[in-house]
Amino acid sequence: MSTAIALVTVVAVSAGSIFFLAGTIGLIRFPDAPCRLHALTKADNLGLGLIVLGLLPQVGTLAEALKLVCIWLLVLFSGAIVTQLIAATSRHK
Amino acid sequence: MVDFLNAAAGMLLITTMVGLCRMLRAPTDTDRMMTAQLAGSGGVGILALLAVAGEAPPVLDVALLLALLAAFASVAFVSGASTSTSPSDRP
Amino acid sequence: MTSALAFDLALAALVLAIATLTIAAREAMSAVISFIAYGLLLSLAWVRLRAPDVALTEAAIGAGVTGLLLLGAAATIGDRQAGAAPPLALMLAAGLACALVASGLAATTLVLLPEPAPTLAPPAMASLATTGLGNPVTAVLFVYRALDTLLEKVVLVLALLGVWSLAPDRVWGGVARLGPDAPPRAMLVFLAQLLPPVGMVIAIYMFWTGADHPGGAFQGGAILAAMWLIVLTARLADMPATSHPGLRLLVLAGPMLFAAIGFAGWALADAFLAYPEGYAKPLIILAEAGLTLSIAATLACLVAGPATRTPPP
Repeated sequence: MSTAIALVTVVAVSAGSIFFLAGTIGLIRFPDAPCRLHALTKADNLGLGLIVLGLLPQVGTLAEALKLVCIWLLVLFSGAIVTQLIAATSRHK
Repeated sequence: MVDFLNAAAGMLLITTMVGLCRMLRAPTDTDRMMTAQLAGSGGVGILALLAVAGEAPPVLDVALLLALLAAFASVAFVSGASTSTSPSDRP
Repeated sequence: MTSALAFDLALAALVLAIATLTIAAREAMSAVISFIAYGLLLSLAWVRLRAPDVALTEAAIGAGVTGLLLLGAAATIGDRQAGAAPPLALMLAAGLACALVASGLAATTLVLLPEPAPTLAPPAMASLATTGLGNPVTAVLFVYRALDTLLEKVVLVLALLGVWSLAPDRVWGGVARLGPDAPPRAMLVFLAQLLPPVGMVIAIYMFWTGADHPGGAFQGGAILAAMWLIVLTARLADMPATSHPGLRLLVLAGPMLFAAIGFAGWALADAFLAYPEGYAKPLIILAEAGLTLSIAATLACLVAGPATRTPPP
């Protein structure tokens, strides 16, 4: 059972890190602002979400698990709004 | 497990920093805003990994705080970038 | 080479790199962004040094308040060159002096300090039970060194006075404006409506948990100040005039309450800032509540800057 939990953590955190890496590479290499924003949000949503998913079996108490989910939701919502802001700013330049 | 989580945190750290340093040389304000956003979510990821790896729940509070304030720098850029010619948004 | 050591080495190298980038930046904006990233890395360093209270403060102040302050300053100054650069000999002498001081400090702390290093941590932890608190940092701030904390809050108020005194005479006592006068974007208004309620809950949680876990008045106050600044930036509300008595009372309420508790200690417990038996924790939480509000008001006013428009009638 504990090996299954460890496997879930390893797979999820690795996948999350790969998404972060892909998002950062996209941010650097894509040609214009909307494409870069697209890559950036993948790092935010999927990267952080998979990392949080992988960490959930490892924490001790329910409060910490809820805190992790709240952190992810906060980054998700504020990231979505800020992405819209950035896109609007780049469009009006 | 602790080693793996520390290694993942390290990889995330290097990834975020590489993205940051490359974007620092970018000329436009939108690139800087994206840099701030990347640093914010990267930092949150690193802190969450460190919290579980070091079995230190207070570090989760630091991640929560950073998640709350991550939008801040972008907001500051937007308010500085918006000049008198900015209309309200058109969807 | 354990994974933790590898992480620490990478972090130390990156801190040095970002610090170099900050100093070597050509434009003010790039330097400020590098400085904010430097603050984030320092927060990670404090986490690795097992000081979550300092990491919380670094993240709240560096990412939130100081970041906004410096960005506003960089946007106002622009890329104006401040005149000719000083002569090369002077710059080299200053660099040499800084390097000597830094290496002297490094030598004393890293090389010459006896093993184990002298520390007051065991006596501090031994007396923790009598204070009723669970967080030794809060015990140091509000019990062992309470006078320092009181004076620090007074210093904050003095700094605010310094900033307010920069207002021109004709707008003295007026209203400070954050950012340009353009109407804000709709998404920014939405963010300013969504984030502050969440921020207030987190700020109260951070203040409340400071008695037993890392946190406290300063971190809670910094989050509240950041939320207020977002509301100001989105023009959902205006900053009260600097001559508004309510604003001035809010800034002073925390230090005055703390000082009142200190003077009451003379009557109830034989010394200034001493707490009567068994009442330490409630009094400390009361003082922290007042300080949270005052710190929030002071930090927000510091970032909003001096008055730029005439006071309302």
